[in-house]
Amino acid sequence: MIKVLSNTKWQGALYSLVLVIIIWQALSWLLKLPIIPSPFAVLINIIQIFAAKMEIHLLYSLGRIVGGIALSILLGVPMGFLMGYFNRVDKVLSPLVYFTYPVPKIALLPIIMLLFGLGEASKLIMIVLIIIFQIIITSRDAVKGIPQEIFRSLQSLGANRLQIFKEVIIPASMADVLTATRLALGTAVSILFFTETFGTQYGMGYFIMDAWMRVNYLDMYAGIIILSLMGFCLFTVIDITEKHISSWR
Amino acid sequence: MIEIKDLVVKYRRKNEETLALDKININIGTGDIYTFIGPSGCGKSTLLHVLSGILRDYTGSVRIDGRAIDPKAQRIGLILQNYGLLPWKNVYHNTMLGVKIKNDQQVMDDYGRYILQQLGIESLLDRYPKELSGGQQQRVAIARAFILKPDLLLMDEPFSALDAISREELQDLFLKIWKQNNVTTAFITHSVDEALYLGSKIVVFSPAPGRILEVVNNPCFQLDNLRFRDEYYDMCMNLRKILDKG
Repeated sequence: MIKVLSNTKWQGALYSLVLVIIIWQALSWLLKLPIIPSPFAVLINIIQIFAAKMEIHLLYSLGRIVGGIALSILLGVPMGFLMGYFNRVDKVLSPLVYFTYPVPKIALLPIIMLLFGLGEASKLIMIVLIIIFQIIITSRDAVKGIPQEIFRSLQSLGANRLQIFKEVIIPASMADVLTATRLALGTAVSILFFTETFGTQYGMGYFIMDAWMRVNYLDMYAGIIILSLMGFCLFTVIDITEKHISSWR
Repeated sequence: MIEIKDLVVKYRRKNEETLALDKININIGTGDIYTFIGPSGCGKSTLLHVLSGILRDYTGSVRIDGRAIDPKAQRIGLILQNYGLLPWKNVYHNTMLGVKIKNDQQVMDDYGRYILQQLGIESLLDRYPKELSGGQQQRVAIARAFILKPDLLLMDEPFSALDAISREELQDLFLKIWKQNNVTTAFITHSVDEALYLGSKIVVFSPAPGRILEVVNNPCFQLDNLRFRDEYYDMCMNLRKILDKG
């Protein structure tokens, strides 16, 4: 069943890719503008320049995004778990989370840059600041959603807190946490692009903006495609992990 | 031996205080099986929550073999109406949960395999709870409780969500395994039939706040072909009368 589903999913992805290429090609023929080159010219360009010019930028971006997501999970999940399990922690932290959640964090960028400099730290902090809220709230709600009977069974067995976390809270909420991560990924890629347009000479964001400044549209499109592909691959990895972990659902 | 003396439980909701259990006094001998029957909302489940150590806010004394209730020290098997299985664990790991937490035992021993076989679930070990029928899930919950080798078995309407055929099948199966182990058991039910079939003594509760109306000796317990006998019908009438009076 799962295999059939994923097959149709792949077919869907292939159809939409073909469709995008057809529309792109049609636009490029119709408009005949340098800003819309042919998709095949872009593809050939990627093959020619990837190893020499793009790989290093891709690695930097990948490192930042994986680091940002990992840090958000490492900090956000335990915090959400504590808020979900201990009502007292929730009462103290929830107002704080709800108050800071709607603040447009990207507007804090100047402050972050002043405090942490132009380097890697402020890029990482920006990503974490923006996606951690989704992860905290999802983890908290996942724990709160676990039926009381399940806790009762464990309590009557005399399980200690560590055992309750290990046997119930972590397995029960892992799938939800991954769903939140998958959703946060899209946001994280946008922030990544934005933060890479300043204070660095590496990263896909820098590569794309640099190509744009040099009016090298082929390189610019190559960058956009590689950045999208990176997002797609990360998305797929989380998707597969989620399927694997939540096979009991 | 379970000794319950002057047990009173109150629920506080906002400024209101509701009396759930009022002065419960009862002793359950070691190796006995008592069924508790009464109208819904009479506090039967509350009593079970006290015995299982989930509810600690009560007055009076509750002692198991002379010691206060402590789920960490005692081995308490709890079987709930909605099974209480962990949906993310397969049958094997669900049945192992009790001994894993109590003894840090990781692998099923011979006794565990024997129980699984008795309950007819040894071929379902890889399945997850959602892939099982209600009856199968309840077998898993029963297996988990017995594999634990409990000092005390607490059952809260475990068969009431099942269809009539699986219910009677599981009642028989439960009695068979129970006889081999003779665990002290408190069994809550709302069915007169079940109370008679499974209890050596039957404790009848009043409507809320829960008080014990009567503790009835059950001469029908463990009689063959019980449901076809006159004694069974007499006892049924008797119990219904006590329940109606309350």
